Amino acid sequence: MSTPVLRVEKLRKTFGSEIVLQDISFTVPEHTATVFIGASGSGKSTLLRCINLLDQIDDGVIKLDDHDISGADIDPDEVRKKLGMVFQSFNLFPHMTVLENITLAPTKVQKVKNEAAIHEAFELLDRFGLKEKADQYPDRLSGGQQQRVAIIRSIARHPRLLLLDEITSALDPVLVNEVLSTVRDLKGEGMTMVLATHEMGFAKQVANEVCYLHAGRILEWGAPTAILEDPKHPETREFIKRVHEAGRL
Amino acid sequence: MIENQGRRIGDNSDPAPYDFGGAWQPSEIELTRRVARRKRNQRNALIAAGSSAVVIGSLIVVLVTSPGWIALRDTFFKWAYGVEILPKILLGFTTNMTLTVIAGSSVAIIGLMIALIRTSRTPALTPFRFLAMIYVDVFRGIPMLLVILLIGFGVPALQLKGVTNNVLVLGTIAVIITYSAYVAEVIRSGILTIHPSQRAAARSLGLSHFQTLRFVVLPQAIKRVTPPLLNDLVALIKDTGLISILGVTDAVRAAQIQTAKTFNYTPYVMAACVFLAVTIPLTRATDRMLRRTLERQNAQGQA
Repeated sequence: MSTPVLRVEKLRKTFGSEIVLQDISFTVPEHTATVFIGASGSGKSTLLRCINLLDQIDDGVIKLDDHDISGADIDPDEVRKKLGMVFQSFNLFPHMTVLENITLAPTKVQKVKNEAAIHEAFELLDRFGLKEKADQYPDRLSGGQQQRVAIIRSIARHPRLLLLDEITSALDPVLVNEVLSTVRDLKGEGMTMVLATHEMGFAKQVANEVCYLHAGRILEWGAPTAILEDPKHPETREFIKRVHEAGRL
Repeated sequence: MIENQGRRIGDNSDPAPYDFGGAWQPSEIELTRRVARRKRNQRNALIAAGSSAVVIGSLIVVLVTSPGWIALRDTFFKWAYGVEILPKILLGFTTNMTLTVIAGSSVAIIGLMIALIRTSRTPALTPFRFLAMIYVDVFRGIPMLLVILLIGFGVPALQLKGVTNNVLVLGTIAVIITYSAYVAEVIRSGILTIHPSQRAAARSLGLSHFQTLRFVVLPQAIKRVTPPLLNDLVALIKDTGLISILGVTDAVRAAQIQTAKTFNYTPYVMAACVFLAVTIPLTRATDRMLRRTLERQNAQGQA
């Protein structure tokens, strides 16, 4: 088997005396999706922020394409050029149009020519049915549209790995679906992804592997059906049961 | 609620049931509401007009019936004399406007630089951060008149070679030094209001610290603090009058010279009118811009 895109070994993260993540080890092979599930505060978002070097880890190693990105002499800007991240709260730039949001990083960071960046942005917008929104400002868009623009903004840079942090949590159920189908499309095209989500049904559809995160540890992991339908660990079982009761599976 | 009752699917003869904008006629209850609203608006307008008439009218009556009114009118509001000396005041006022343009643009640049230094986290800039803080604390804490006097009379007294003794230049420098401290704080507060998630998004797209500042943080911050900055511009225009203390012939000084000749204070009132002619439109424009910014923010709900 070829080297995985992402390999995390014994990652540890603390905020002061509070241990947020410990003993986190997993790999993400190319063209696969690893989904992290778990209650709020279980450390899912922090894990994604650590991979993206937005938060500094306290121990362990993170490797991107077998290259240690957690070393002391690493330039985070160089690493982030290869990663895409989409946030729960979209975080589009409100003073820029949809098109400007998408072309900012390609033109300023990847130094792509302006016309080429605009051309590609239009192609992506067209593919996801947002072409007519190109010249609008984010506040004129629905939440679902904003989040899809955020995803496009992220993949326009051709990242090796896409990190999706609870990207549907701020959306109402109708809008959730349009965002999830966008992610499914990306998966179909072979994008390698790490997701944190509350959407179990969605996790089942896109995940190659599901990890249940509890109090900062990976308690159980495996194929989506195994974890979501036949969890071994009592904590996982309890969590899945509560999700069922809330009608989210 | 009421409209919904009238539009139950069952008794809807409209061919397109989802075209709610179709053949709508306001209901009885809506028409009564509209009449009531119109009456209330009329009554409010009447009250506003009445109270204005009473307040302003009594102010005028108090002024005009006061024992000193006639004497005051002749010393302060001798319009013929005012019109006669107006060109001199306007000539002086060009100094105020030139000073505003030069000082305003310098303040914008220096204020921005100081704000950037104060919000930076680069270790190499630590001493500058400290100095910038002291600078802001000191010059926001001294009356500007004192800064003008200290620089305007202090620097020539040093008799340094190659340093100008021109009071207009020195006065302008004093104004720039003081206002840069204020403007730096306004811009800094704007930078601090940009939510960290905007930085996180920019950095995770691979933008460097500087690019994040240049393309994401500053454009939003400056837009947000434009109304308070315009406020400072209005204040700057009238504060340029303070350098008349150094003997610069600006509008205030020109009025003072005329007053000294005739012992009539109308030139002061004229100078005040000239300042107002510029500052009032600017103030109104600032107000309108602030209102629009607020409306935009409220419409957005969250950024």
